Amino acid sequence: MSLTKTERAIIVSMWGKISTQADAIGTETLERLFLSHPQTKTYFPHFDLHAGSAQLRAHGSKVVAAVGDAVKSIDNIAGALARLSELHAYILRVDPVNFKLLSHCLLVTVAARFPADFTAEAHAAWDKFLSVVSSVLTEKYR
Amino acid sequence: MVHFTAEEKAIITSLWGKVNVEEAGGEALGRLLVVYPWTQRFFDNFGNLSSASAIMGNPKVKAHGKKVLTSLGEAIKNMDDLKGTFAHLSELHCDRLHVDPENFKLLGNELVIVLAKYFGKEFTPQVQAAWQKMVAGVSIALAHKYH
Repeated sequence: MSLTKTERAIIVSMWGKISTQADAIGTETLERLFLSHPQTKTYFPHFDLHAGSAQLRAHGSKVVAAVGDAVKSIDNIAGALARLSELHAYILRVDPVNFKLLSHCLLVTVAARFPADFTAEAHAAWDKFLSVVSSVLTEKYR
Repeated sequence: MVHFTAEEKAIITSLWGKVNVEEAGGEALGRLLVVYPWTQRFFDNFGNLSSASAIMGNPKVKAHGKKVLTSLGEAIKNMDDLKGTFAHLSELHCDRLHVDPENFKLLGNELVIVLAKYFGKEFTPQVQAAWQKMVAGVSIALAHKYH
């Protein structure tokens, strides 16, 4: 699955908006994930996951920043996320099903914050992009 | 079986009261067909599905989306018995329509995203959680009679 030129343009353009609220979007995405899919909290027994917690905010920022890195190297996402790919494969070992859940919650957050920009085309491009990111992050699992 | 708290029921019914079923149905079904193009396999007779704008403007997509969401509206009145409410539709989707239940989950999530788009800040994480439970319950109910 590879991204077309049109999709890349849409993704980069939308990132322009997302990056203006990156930290808040990261935090909100995780809040949505933990509330809608409580089983995902099992990966964070060491975190204070209450709304507004410093750890939640820090981790949210980290996640969205990594998405940003993928956007900035959209022609070579595997290269940009190589280190993270190894981290997820050998250390974190998050079950692959959870990447879909996180991606969904990020899209919900973006749809809520940028309704006019989140057209069907933008939605499709971002869903595909996050799917590519998820594949990269799980490609060394076995 | 999905069990809804009184609070969750209130959240769901309250938001539903503000939803334009025709518009939301068309948006949700349209986005399903755009974002996951393989779902078009069920709609060979819908005419022009050749682009995102063709799909989103297609009158058959809008009409069918409205039908689907109207059915969901009925379910919201019977949240304690989703399996009973959808028993007949479940048989239909299995025996006549041959729809993989995975598609119910996909459509459910598209609806959640459309609600987020319409309601913005009001679609808080807590509201989303209640609705995720709703669409999950509906998906399970629609798959329940499969054999």
